[in-house]
Amino acid sequence: MKPTHWRGRVTMACLSVLAVSVLAGCGSDEDKETDAVEELGEMEGQVSILAWPGYVEDGSNDPKVDWVTAFEKDTGCEVTSKVYGTSDEALNLAKTGDYDVIAASGDLSLRLIASDEAQEVNTDLVPNYENVFDFLKDSEWNTVDGVNYGVPHGYGANLLMYNEKNFDSAPTSWGAVFDTEELERNKGKVTAYDSPIYIADAALYLMKTQPDLGIENPYALDEEQLDAAVALLKEQRKYVGEYWSDYLKEIQAFETGDSVVGTTWQVIKNNIKNADVQVTLPTEGATAWNDTWMLSSQSENPNCAYAWMDYILTPKANAQATEYFGEAPNSPAACEETADPNHCETFHAGDEEYAEQLWFWRTPIKECLDGRTDVECTDYAQWTQAWTEIKG
Amino acid sequence: MATSTPAADGRTGRTTDPALRAPVARPGSRLLHRLVWLRLGLLLSAPLAWMLLIYVVALAALLITSLWSVDSLSSEIDRTWTLDNFRTLVENQVYRDVTVRTIGVALAVTVIDVAIALPIAFYMAKVASPRLRRMLVVAVLTPLWASYLVKVFAWRVVLSEGGPAEWSGLGSPGYGLTAVVITQAYIWLPYVILPVFAALERVPDSLLEAAGDLGANSGMVLRSVVLPLLVPGILAGGIFAFSLTMGDYITVNIVGGANQMLGNLVFVNAGAANNLPLAAAIAMIPIVVMVVLLAAIRRTGALENL
Repeated sequence: MKPTHWRGRVTMACLSVLAVSVLAGCGSDEDKETDAVEELGEMEGQVSILAWPGYVEDGSNDPKVDWVTAFEKDTGCEVTSKVYGTSDEALNLAKTGDYDVIAASGDLSLRLIASDEAQEVNTDLVPNYENVFDFLKDSEWNTVDGVNYGVPHGYGANLLMYNEKNFDSAPTSWGAVFDTEELERNKGKVTAYDSPIYIADAALYLMKTQPDLGIENPYALDEEQLDAAVALLKEQRKYVGEYWSDYLKEIQAFETGDSVVGTTWQVIKNNIKNADVQVTLPTEGATAWNDTWMLSSQSENPNCAYAWMDYILTPKANAQATEYFGEAPNSPAACEETADPNHCETFHAGDEEYAEQLWFWRTPIKECLDGRTDVECTDYAQWTQAWTEIKG
Repeated sequence: MATSTPAADGRTGRTTDPALRAPVARPGSRLLHRLVWLRLGLLLSAPLAWMLLIYVVALAALLITSLWSVDSLSSEIDRTWTLDNFRTLVENQVYRDVTVRTIGVALAVTVIDVAIALPIAFYMAKVASPRLRRMLVVAVLTPLWASYLVKVFAWRVVLSEGGPAEWSGLGSPGYGLTAVVITQAYIWLPYVILPVFAALERVPDSLLEAAGDLGANSGMVLRSVVLPLLVPGILAGGIFAFSLTMGDYITVNIVGGANQMLGNLVFVNAGAANNLPLAAAIAMIPIVVMVVLLAAIRRTGALENL
């Protein structure tokens, strides 16, 4: 008996050593190039894009919605694309190195830069960059230490979607999903975005309704403020029917009536065939996104990637893509190209005062983003942990 | 073959063709014959290597990963040993709640599946004509040919507001744990029916007749003859249903409303939050539960009949 026992242990030890070395080997940096290129070369013939749904449409979802085919014809770069539902998911996908260009929101872009997944972008090689609104350039989420890591796409707010039939009058406040009295009416039919970043929506509501908490920026929460937001979300959880991260799931839930109120994107509303479903921008303002086209440090097709970044900044393509998604375009020229002449007015494109009401997604970090130095803020890992606890 | 036996001598006496003798004297086979461990080693090395690489190393990697941590901003894995992940699991109420919920759902699915599978399997094995039996086996197997996702989304539609469950007058429990139990019970049912059916088929009819001849009524025959013989089949089916439900995260995502199970926590941490070490630590929970469960079943001696 004894020798076998001994041999078993030796085998296990060897296996563990083997496993450690295999795992250690996997983590090493492969061919990551974070410095900007000086000049462009020949097109590689293909480019692979990771983006939010509705950003890279080639007509396969709706034959009338297509701005990829024109790009493919012009440049000879065959586009393959993948959509994602949350920034966390995108970070994981980006790390595989399978994508040349990534459309990243502010809660993702800094993480991509911190993990060396993003390559510096030489904006001289993107001629259409000069059209872009100045206030979108060199923002805190696309530029680090004066180094530019991407070009702006468009921006928009996380809206409140509701089914008219379940409300006496149209809701105008996020209270519809945070106030207990309001929630009571729609118990089991409330929905919320399934990501830790949704904690910021609760923090924004608290910022306006409970000023004594002293929240200045929904992405800079100290322990006490985070606890208050978590308590609010735990209360909300009792009324939530389901959380969504798959936008198709939310479309279906609102069409059948399984969800009647919750946070959403304009593009989701556009796809819902139920005429009773409406969206609104509540008076408290909203969390929002400001997306950046970034170049992967593992990109094998940088030339086609630059071509895509330039193409999607052309007024026509940018107008098509942002109008379809339901967000503000990134340039005055794009505003003239939209199919709905009032699109830019509706979405307040270029209105800097309005943009200040929006809280663009950021990655919460230990150093408070609102400039406080007397306390330590909660970071994204804590938010993730808190989100698990909220869902319970 | 090199040693001479009377039979071999007799054969050489009858045939003198050297070609027929050649394979017998091949040195390779002689060596293998003499060295038992070499023969065994060559025979088992391929499956063993497979088993080690795919199974044991993966498990070891899981355990090792669970002892690492992750940098929150860059999401790089920090390879210093720490028990933090397990401390998180123990100290936070939420992980205990989710574990209990997951075990509860798995138990409910197992009980429901066994309760449904027993009469169906009994009818298939003992009552139905051979022709009908073949058709029933095909009917039980057919759902396995459809994609898992299609089946779960079908249930999402069935249970949705104003969906088929409500038209039929049965009413829908809405999305939630009940919906998860219903959907999972449906999906894993074939995996329970088949082992029970196989076990029942092995019970000879003569045994049932003999019990009847000796004065047992049908209830007694079931209780003291059929059920004890079925235990291995029920256990096999039950373990399938239980372990498959323990690891599932898609069904609860689609029909589970706002609930989460262990699989979701693993998925969220590995896929979304990018915290592979914590995901690995959470993944150890169902493994431990299954090991404890199997050890408990082994204690009852039921595994020896498998």
